[in-house]
Amino acid sequence: MIVVAVGVYVVGIAFTFYWSFTNSKIFPSFQLVGLAQYRRLWSSDRWLVAVNNIWFYGAMSIVSALVFGYLLAVFMDQRIRQEDLLRSIFLYPFAMSLIVTGLVWQWILDPNLGINETMHSLGWTSFHFSPLVDPDTAIYGLVVAAIWQGSGFTMAVLLSGLRGIDAEIWRAAKVDGIPTWRTYLFIALPMMRGAVATAFVFQAVGAVRVYDLIIAMTGGGPGISTNMPAVYVISMITSSQNAGQGMAAATMLLLPVIAIVGLFFFWQWWSERRETAR
Amino acid sequence: MTSGETTTAAGVSASMATSETRVEPRGAKPKSLSPARIGIYAFLIVAALFFLIPLYVMVVTSLKEMEEIRLGHLFNLPATWTLQPWVDAWLHACTGRDCFGLSPGFLNSVKITVPSVLISIGLASINGYALSFWRYRGANLLFGLLVFGAFVPYQVVVYPLIIALRDIGLFSTLIGIIAIHTIFGMPILTLLFRNFYAGLPIELFKAARVDGAGFWRVFFYIMVPMSVPITIVAVILQVTGIWNDFLFGIIFAGRPNWPMTVQLNNIVNTTQGTRLYNVNMAATILTAAVPLAIYFISGRWFVRGIAAGAVKG
Repeated sequence: MIVVAVGVYVVGIAFTFYWSFTNSKIFPSFQLVGLAQYRRLWSSDRWLVAVNNIWFYGAMSIVSALVFGYLLAVFMDQRIRQEDLLRSIFLYPFAMSLIVTGLVWQWILDPNLGINETMHSLGWTSFHFSPLVDPDTAIYGLVVAAIWQGSGFTMAVLLSGLRGIDAEIWRAAKVDGIPTWRTYLFIALPMMRGAVATAFVFQAVGAVRVYDLIIAMTGGGPGISTNMPAVYVISMITSSQNAGQGMAAATMLLLPVIAIVGLFFFWQWWSERRETAR
Repeated sequence: MTSGETTTAAGVSASMATSETRVEPRGAKPKSLSPARIGIYAFLIVAALFFLIPLYVMVVTSLKEMEEIRLGHLFNLPATWTLQPWVDAWLHACTGRDCFGLSPGFLNSVKITVPSVLISIGLASINGYALSFWRYRGANLLFGLLVFGAFVPYQVVVYPLIIALRDIGLFSTLIGIIAIHTIFGMPILTLLFRNFYAGLPIELFKAARVDGAGFWRVFFYIMVPMSVPITIVAVILQVTGIWNDFLFGIIFAGRPNWPMTVQLNNIVNTTQGTRLYNVNMAATILTAAVPLAIYFISGRWFVRGIAAGAVKG
């Protein structure tokens, strides 16, 4: 059974790769056309916008989720009251579907309904905040929703990393008179590389495959301004009925994941070798 | 990879899922409130508001009438409370020409989730067991592929799967979508169970072998009873993962079997004419209700479950 499951992945990826060199439309074709699909892909505006977007969205959402998640983790680590309650609050969005997240934020940022309209009705009529209707700012709305959904998880991973650090380290830092914030930034953070790497990998892979959030929140719009590679792949397969093109895009989608996972394994292997060398 | 190396991404999450980490902060709770501590609480409360406000807005809006929503005042409590939007969302909201609300989607999600969860966990526990104790050639390669499989974006393999399911006649069927969820749950679940079983003392297994118990006897009489904690984690992971799935549902389930997430998106994003925000928000809360209920009931278990499963999805 496990062989079947792994086989599905391997064979599936193999076919995706093969069909990316064919002129498949709605039905698969086995007629090879060389790199034509890739050439067409990289001259397609929609794809170029999607690639631009994923870099921006990926960088913004990963960095903000890590920074915000670590801040939350550090503040949660200050012997506070109601830690469990706060943890539940920070983490509950993660339990919900990205479709739900997307719809919620679509409403909050809706110019006629959300924050914008509320400020107007409170008398602040010059207030202007409706990122989703402007092609230039729509992606920021997506990033905010991604932070809302994902940083609680980053907090949980990083907090468990913080709590895994030996109490001796903290005492030593205190004796040496190092300010707490410096301890957190320059001593604790490097010591919990594993947790940071885990949080990073999960955020990065999540960003590459972002699909549901886009569909629910902007549908890729306004225009094509929030199109993403994963959305491009699916729309090529379904609405455009241009599977060969979709498969070329899907193969491109696989590259960053291989890079991220490969990097992670390499880093693991490297730090393990360094440990044993000591 | 050997059983000793559990520091891979999945290993980290699986160890988070199975072992207790220190849950209490250092030292006693301070009694007095210094300015620094007020600052700490201020930050945490502002952060909590950021996370809570969307939920609050949804709940109050779903209890308002449309006339009131049109006035703006997103954050006000309803002037006249009404439960009608919830009834409409459940029974009458329209997707295209069908106006049966979300209830068919809910039933579909149950029909998809329950068998997928049972089958995938059953199979994954056997696989994890086999991988952890019965070493055979290629087990390491298989393990590496599993880790990789847990990270592959679904979009990459969707098209070959559509073709394959169409060829065997399972495309757009309930069985097809259940098979898809089972297959895609397999890598992460197998890793989860494998790491759990690999952490059990090997003597347990050896003693049973000496007493003459075979592969299946060891599994059913020793392993299964000991797997309760990891099974809870797996159930949480799978139920929330499959319930929240959108991509597979819209592609593989077929219109009559569309799960709740797909119907929700259709109700909200394809409505013509006036948008009934109160109905839409009630529908959204209803869709989120099952995973949220699991979240609040399971508490700490949930953190372990999602930590283990964040690679999925």
